[in-house]
Amino acid sequence: MASTAAVPFWRSAGMTYISYSNICASLVRNCLKEPYKSEAISREKVHFSVSKWADGKPQKPSNFLSFSIVSIFDFVDLGFGCFRHAIIDDYNF
Amino acid sequence: MFRQVAHRLLARSTTNSSACAAAIVRRPYATEVSSDVSAGDSTFVEAWRKVAPNIDPPKTPIQFMEPRPPTPSALPSKLTVNFVLPYAAELSKAEVDMVIVPATTGQMGILPGHVPTIAELKPGLLSVHEGNDVKKYFISSGFAFVHSNSYADILAVEAVPLDRIDPAQVQKGLSEFTQKLNSASTDLDKAEAQIGVDVHSALNSALTG
Repeated sequence: MASTAAVPFWRSAGMTYISYSNICASLVRNCLKEPYKSEAISREKVHFSVSKWADGKPQKPSNFLSFSIVSIFDFVDLGFGCFRHAIIDDYNF
Repeated sequence: MFRQVAHRLLARSTTNSSACAAAIVRRPYATEVSSDVSAGDSTFVEAWRKVAPNIDPPKTPIQFMEPRPPTPSALPSKLTVNFVLPYAAELSKAEVDMVIVPATTGQMGILPGHVPTIAELKPGLLSVHEGNDVKKYFISSGFAFVHSNSYADILAVEAVPLDRIDPAQVQKGLSEFTQKLNSASTDLDKAEAQIGVDVHSALNSALTG
């Protein structure tokens, strides 16, 4: 009964399986040939806008943004120490 | 904490252990539950008939679902594969002879009658063998489930046929990430660079191998 079971290198570095899987998928998409590459990138685009909350009220929402899933984690840093996790309030489609 | 887990596992399999049987009710495994629910849940139907004998009992949700295909007693000759992506079903109930999936523990061949397995997939080559045709896809990551009735469900996030991959990009990516791996400082950067190197070298060997 080992609580020291072998973990994959990405989990010991603090990454979750979903981030790992999304990173792999976006790397593969980057290596596609042209018409397929732009189809794949536009298929995976997510449109969102972020609003920070203070005192139980939402502040002004940011402008309408659209990014692919992986870069959302890089872009949104809410400064709470939740490294690489984004809290997205609404999707504008 | 672990002693309790072992205790419960033992209790699940032994039916005559007196102390455990009283405390823990053994629940049936999913494959043991009868999949014939076309007549509806019998206790519900009886209770309904007592209250409203002249009205047909309504159908319950489980009756609308297709029952799980039963486990045949003889070895089936073909494997039924459901190969799905988040946005499309690449293969839906396709009858094939064999599939080779890139599991984290190595390339795994799945034939009809394979033992039920759950395998996590790593970036690599998936090949579907049907007679003399082999269809190859590069999978980014995902899972493969093999069931006892020779159904295989392969779930991948991104799967591309090999001719859609650009070899120049692959080489570029490989050299870029090898460089990042050497210059990485934090654990997370190292992990990301390592993932990049893994994916690109898998792409490379898929294209050349």
